[in-house]
Amino acid sequence: MSGYLATLEAESIEIIREAIALAQKPVMMYSIGKDSSVMLHLARKAFWPAAPPFPLLHIDTTWKFREMIAFRNRIAAESGMKLLVHTNHQRIAEGVTPFTYDSDRYTTMMKTEALKQALDAGEFDLILGGARRDEEKSRAKERIFSFRSPGHRWDPKLQRPELWNLYNARINPGESIRVFPLSNWTEADIWQYIADQDIEIVKLYFAEPRPVVQRSGQWIMVDDERFPLKPGETPEMRVVRFRTLGCYPLTAAIESTATTIAEIVEETQTARTSERQGRLIDHDQSASMEKKKQEGYF
Amino acid sequence: MRDTLRFITCGSVDDGKSTLIGRLLWESKQVFEDHLSALERDSTRYGTQGDAMDFALLVDGLQAEREQSITIDVAYRFFSTPRRRFVVADTPGHEQYTRNMATGASTSELAVLVVNASKGLQVQTHRHARIVGLLGIRHLIMAINKMDLVGWDESVFQQIVADFQPLVKELGFSSFQPIPVSALKGDNITEHSAAAAWYKGPTLLNCLEEVDVTGSATDLGFRMAVQYVNRPTHDFRGFCGRIASGNVRVGDRVRIVPGGMETKIRSIVAWKASLPAAAAGDSITLCLEDEVDVSRGNIIASASDPAELSDQFEARVLCLSEHPLVAGRSYLMNLHTSQAVATITAIKHQVDVKSGSHLAAKALGMNDLGVVNLSTDRAVPFEPYDKCRRLGSFILVDRLSNQTVGAGMIDFSLRRAANIHWQAVDINKAARARQKMQRPMCLWFTGLSASGKSTIANLLEKRMFAAGRHTYMLDGDNIRHGLNRDLGFSEADRVENIRRVTEVARLLVDAGLLVIVSFISPYRAERELARSRFEPGEFVEVFVDTPLEICEQRDPKGLYAKARRGELINFTGIDSDYEPPLSPEIRLDTVSHSVEACVEEILKAVESGGASKVGGKA
Repeated sequence: MSGYLATLEAESIEIIREAIALAQKPVMMYSIGKDSSVMLHLARKAFWPAAPPFPLLHIDTTWKFREMIAFRNRIAAESGMKLLVHTNHQRIAEGVTPFTYDSDRYTTMMKTEALKQALDAGEFDLILGGARRDEEKSRAKERIFSFRSPGHRWDPKLQRPELWNLYNARINPGESIRVFPLSNWTEADIWQYIADQDIEIVKLYFAEPRPVVQRSGQWIMVDDERFPLKPGETPEMRVVRFRTLGCYPLTAAIESTATTIAEIVEETQTARTSERQGRLIDHDQSASMEKKKQEGYF
Repeated sequence: MRDTLRFITCGSVDDGKSTLIGRLLWESKQVFEDHLSALERDSTRYGTQGDAMDFALLVDGLQAEREQSITIDVAYRFFSTPRRRFVVADTPGHEQYTRNMATGASTSELAVLVVNASKGLQVQTHRHARIVGLLGIRHLIMAINKMDLVGWDESVFQQIVADFQPLVKELGFSSFQPIPVSALKGDNITEHSAAAAWYKGPTLLNCLEEVDVTGSATDLGFRMAVQYVNRPTHDFRGFCGRIASGNVRVGDRVRIVPGGMETKIRSIVAWKASLPAAAAGDSITLCLEDEVDVSRGNIIASASDPAELSDQFEARVLCLSEHPLVAGRSYLMNLHTSQAVATITAIKHQVDVKSGSHLAAKALGMNDLGVVNLSTDRAVPFEPYDKCRRLGSFILVDRLSNQTVGAGMIDFSLRRAANIHWQAVDINKAARARQKMQRPMCLWFTGLSASGKSTIANLLEKRMFAAGRHTYMLDGDNIRHGLNRDLGFSEADRVENIRRVTEVARLLVDAGLLVIVSFISPYRAERELARSRFEPGEFVEVFVDTPLEICEQRDPKGLYAKARRGELINFTGIDSDYEPPLSPEIRLDTVSHSVEACVEEILKAVESGGASKVGGKA
């Protein structure tokens, strides 16, 4: 492994071990994406030969790509860790889908609200997440050990000073700490590491012909029969791939011919747009991520 | 192969730090198109540059920052050139956010100190230079910005450099490069400026790419603080951690500090494999030959050159909280992976950020720097910060609010611990208690002035004395006029006052007495510290819970009236806080109960031994 990747890896393993040593009841968010795949790999390395001593938590909106769910179940079983899956069934019963609400309200109910329900039910005091500082402006401001007041709120103006590699995880009941071991990784680092370590990722990241329709200038994949096509609209097969993965109706594909990790790394290094550009939820307003984060979004 | 440089930008507010970073990202083509179109939208809405792009908005990511055009918290940004990868921490210039600046500085190898050419050196420029030096950053670039505002006048540039030169020497920077720039216009950032033909040095990006930050190799042997003990099965016991210094090989002899046991490295475990050796910076798992006692917070060190161990330190400290750091107060100390209770035993001096001179101080306020003596409740392994950042840096955490209130660097061990040995005596507390036929304890009365503490305590002592108990009362009259006559009523003095009272009470309890302490003792932290000095069940906190209005009505000595007129300062309840106990053993309601009834309640609790039910808590 090249020098800087080895340093990033050692730093992240240190953070994960520190988090687990300081927590009473930790959990790791698992979203099935490439960052989660790297996190899981690092966690397994950190505690080898034991399995990581905490469960994985997936917030399932029921609108994920089908391939993601199959991948999740298989990888979790291989890791020897417990997989917790939570869905906000109340909102589903109320008829909430990505098509009935705008992306902002849909995300609040199916992701943020669902996440808080799962964390409260599990009484987790420390939650490991895969967010990176290079993703978005408000994330660039967040600590590695990030304090959450009761109700899972983040107050960007009251962050604890965080010096050296000394993390303050002391909290009162009802409060929690979110820990981001990948804070100092960039998208390119993630790909280089996946290539270097030969980490298995969902095939959706690689280009192949997929059925898509164009919405607001972006390619959206028609992953199942629930996708409401407009009159006369038929999905067309295009060679596309995904830079990030989320709910399929809210995640735009890019036209690409990258079918290997090496080609993806090459493409990432010459990319002109950020990966979150494919996330429809970030475009709502300039400070939208900061608002979502304050309310408890990851 | 490309390496990574971690650096910070710092300097006074409005000197253009965020604009400089935004410009660097832009010039090194690290701005994605969608971020750029957001920047164009935001520049029109929040920008300070008219219709031109405001590069600061690339880094000032929080809504509050954009609205006020200031930086509140440190932002981490990433960019790279074919030569190097960079992680830059853009830190705030406002004094009130200095703690966020220190956060960014603690993990950096180089600092870019930004100075506004049209304003010259500011107090914050000095403060940031000192913090950067204190944290051990040895490489400094001074970006003298807004040169366009002074017409690229070389004499302005030279004057600022000359004014700053003495500090470079004093703080011991090993490299110092001043560069005249205009972040707004992009001069001398990546390309030499035509406007400043007189400047022959490197551009900012050149300098960042070239500077060699690999310091002289430390001569410390192998050290690893244990983070986590991995014990999945009976036949595997691994010690996880990140190597702080030196190298380790299978078969090396190591010593556990504290403890002193020696053993050998049996194996170095990595992912699905074993390694023959590992070096500083690696995260590994070690298995040892012998079953020695090792836990989190211990250091596994080379046997021939083990880590130091002490419970008394001299350290440099930066106060990060609005609550001052006070001599006599105790905090939780996180030092590498170990945790101890640390008491500031003395503030040796405060450092004047402008001149560097030493000032006498009883407390360190928000953003103050000082040198202190610390005493920990047990011996902890460490190395001086200048030898090893990882094993010499610590944070202080408030035990009640859980806030990180201080950051410190150990200079050296005071080595007093080795010289003080407790005199072992045969006549001990238990023997004295048996002789007096009573269970010694400390009844600690707390409450506002005129709440009724002394009245109740006096009657309580009379009743106990009449019952044949051996008692003693400590109150303001017999302590403040003698032992503590040198103390006033500032927060620092109140803390020291209570510390002395606690120690006297402890000696009297050791002598077998029932000790009644009657002091306002307004701060929870001091009462908790007092409690920690006694054995479980010995300390009984009696909260005389009388509302402020009632105390003020009673006002037998006319003190509240004086305080309201401003003739008395630092008066508890008026201009100084009282922090009520959260879970006292006994709470007295003096409004609906008589003095006699209150005393009965205490006697009942003490005689039944019921007061010991919560005595075990910390």
